[in-house]
Amino acid sequence: MSRPVFRGLAAALLASAIPALPLAAQELRIGLASEPSSADPHFHNLGPNNQLRRNIFESLVGTDEAQQLTPLLAESWEPASDTSWRFNLRQGVTFSDGSPFDAYDVVYTVCRIPGVPDSPSLFTTYTGGITGMEVVDPHTLIVHSADPYPLMPTEFSTFGIISARANGVDTSSLEFSTEGCGDDLPVPATQAFNDGTAAVGTGPFLLESFRRGEGIELVRNPDYWGEAAPWERVTMLPLTSDGPRVAALIAGDVNFIENPPLQDLDRLRADSDLRVVQGISNRVIYIHLDHAQVPSPMITGTDGANPLQDIRVREALTIAVNRDAIVERIMGGVAVSAGELLPPGMFGAHEDGDLPPRAYDAERAQALLAEAGYPDGFGITIGTPNDRYINDAQVAQAVAQMWSRIGIETEIDASTASTFFSRRNAFEFSAYLAGWGAGTGEMSSPLRALLATRNSDLGLGGTNRGQYSNPEMDAVLIEALRTVDDDAREALLRQASRMAMDDYAIIPLHYEVTPWAMRASIDYVPRADQYTLPYMIRPAQ
Amino acid sequence: MLVYLLRRLAQSVFVLIAMMIVVFFGVYMIGNPVDILISPDATPAEIEETMARFGFDQPVYIQFLKFVGNALQGDLGRSFVHGEPAVQLILSYMPATLELAALGLLFSVAIGVPLGVYAGYKADRWQGRAIMTGSIFGFSLPNFWVGMLFILIFAVQLQWLPSTGRGDTVEVLGMRLSIFSSNGLQYMILPALTLALYKASLVTRLARAGTQEALTQDYVKFARAKGVSESRILFVHVLKNIMIPIITVLGLELGSMIAFAVVTETVFAWPGMGKLLIDSITTLDRPVIVAYLMLTVIIFIVINFTVDVIYTLLDPRVRVKGEAA
Repeated sequence: MSRPVFRGLAAALLASAIPALPLAAQELRIGLASEPSSADPHFHNLGPNNQLRRNIFESLVGTDEAQQLTPLLAESWEPASDTSWRFNLRQGVTFSDGSPFDAYDVVYTVCRIPGVPDSPSLFTTYTGGITGMEVVDPHTLIVHSADPYPLMPTEFSTFGIISARANGVDTSSLEFSTEGCGDDLPVPATQAFNDGTAAVGTGPFLLESFRRGEGIELVRNPDYWGEAAPWERVTMLPLTSDGPRVAALIAGDVNFIENPPLQDLDRLRADSDLRVVQGISNRVIYIHLDHAQVPSPMITGTDGANPLQDIRVREALTIAVNRDAIVERIMGGVAVSAGELLPPGMFGAHEDGDLPPRAYDAERAQALLAEAGYPDGFGITIGTPNDRYINDAQVAQAVAQMWSRIGIETEIDASTASTFFSRRNAFEFSAYLAGWGAGTGEMSSPLRALLATRNSDLGLGGTNRGQYSNPEMDAVLIEALRTVDDDAREALLRQASRMAMDDYAIIPLHYEVTPWAMRASIDYVPRADQYTLPYMIRPAQ
Repeated sequence: MLVYLLRRLAQSVFVLIAMMIVVFFGVYMIGNPVDILISPDATPAEIEETMARFGFDQPVYIQFLKFVGNALQGDLGRSFVHGEPAVQLILSYMPATLELAALGLLFSVAIGVPLGVYAGYKADRWQGRAIMTGSIFGFSLPNFWVGMLFILIFAVQLQWLPSTGRGDTVEVLGMRLSIFSSNGLQYMILPALTLALYKASLVTRLARAGTQEALTQDYVKFARAKGVSESRILFVHVLKNIMIPIITVLGLELGSMIAFAVVTETVFAWPGMGKLLIDSITTLDRPVIVAYLMLTVIIFIVINFTVDVIYTLLDPRVRVKGEAA
């Protein structure tokens, strides 16, 4: 006990005795928990890639720590009509090769996105709804869509802008059309971003090298239009194993790491040379139930009936879970009990306390089961990944014990993420544990993906592998997705969320809290989107 | 002779085809890569489109025939994750693994031979027994645990060496290598030591047995009679004679050294082929997994084939038997 105290004192004495170093000259070394697959901003729509992208290629719209929209390359935006948005672009911004940034670069970027070869996950998710782009003047852009598209500014925050001129495009002849922008449009290859030749962006850092498996080096962009980044040089090392990543931090080989493992948090906190920050994320951990299959594949003892179609059974399963116990004992406090699919404070979520987590009540759960005709319960298996979310299999195990306590014999079927997701998508489970991070920071994201009736044409229910269907909620959600007015849309999203929760459509367990660990000399504001952004990492005050 | 070689070649091709089937279908069974790779925000239509782009919408036997067709032309597919040809990707990771294995090999000789010779010399004394007991640890401690322990001791506590990753590299013959830069070498010491531990124990035991045997030979007795110093006897005369079996065994073990690197590379975040394989398994990057395993199989087939050919050249009995059968 005395050592940390002594060290704390020593550190305090040192800090007061030595004048602050010229921090601007310092180097930041980060241990990444997962490695980006490419430096091409449009190659793979994946967290680690998007996190790297934000340092080099900026988007029109930015997002802050709570995923609220902020001006970035666009200074402002407003609806131009029912089906179009006007973006007023920032003046005086240049790309790192010296070419000026204007509306043509945005058009060029949207033109490139659908055609990225070999992409495992295209950004067309966010650009597919665009039906026209009109350059009013070099710094005013109007973007059209077929239907009202309230999420357009949000989705313009997801992809980075690349330079048309740096890639040899004659901007005067650049025309956007949904059919593409001409076959002879010169576009850089993915490889050209990885070797740095095409890595021309407007961001606070320049890409110096991208070496797969070895690390990524960024240097400060001397001509950045905004506030200069606090670091001259940033090295990001892929340290994907938990133990070695923590060791690298303690040993001083890196001074910042993502996702320190839960079991090491206490030790890291006790070390006065280190700092741990944590914040609630946009990711909810939930259990989805099979609403559609009769008989359901992993339910026994019901003579073929699917008890999950009975709302009383769903309610019983929901209130049989003691969320606070899971948060406290399994998640070590690094989680927050959930009452819906997005934490309070985010767009479309209820205010704190308006839709609280369902209270634990095992007796009532048993009564409900008896009422539904299952006084002796039934058997069920929960599918879960065991390497995807924080303590995922242990959480499923805890839920299984809680369900068993009310008479439902529950087993778990845990497998590695790659196997789990394939089996889940083949509807092999009657109940499964998974997580959802709202990329847009809006309630529309989880509702649209997890609970809307599956419909390929409308792009709804893509991850609704419980096949829940509630036409009334669908109607409210679709209305929200067409409502441009923010206040009206938020009210509709809250209504849709409450309808789903009242129907016990899904069992929210908790919101994950994301930790970061670093030397005590630096500081970071936790982000709901779980991104590690070097330009937001600051020397401690 | 020719008949034998042709038959041996046909066997190799059969093994290759069998492995191709096992590997392809084994990897196919794990799951659908698109489920892992695609953004959760993607709409069902986009998921289907991506499936079609990668050819997953085809029945599995069509996918297999396509894979075989391409493989026959030397194309083992493109990585889903990196968008590059899988073979090229693996080759780009190869130098890091090879240099680590080479340094590991060097360490195992540098540690194992002196310890083994000394243990053989003092076979009945406590020093010799202590070394032999110690070598049991080298055999039995799991690789990843030793790696973690090294990190804890030398990087975290003593802070002598960097814990993970790869340091500076120098370009040699178009390959980037760490072994020729002093900073890079520092990063290699711990992983190479971890890798070397098992082999060092093996070498210790071989060297001990060889030394014990050599010490009873006439040339040692003669040298002693001539008044040659003990250290010269041990490290010149004895050493020369025991190195042949050690080198033979180490040569054979080089293959497993590269394979063992998978665990060590993961612990030390060393960017070699092993780490690529592990990363590819977690992301279900089928072409890379298949290409990696196929390359391994080909290497082993080539080694075995070459060995057989050399045997037939050296030993006529093999040839005769082969023709008679």
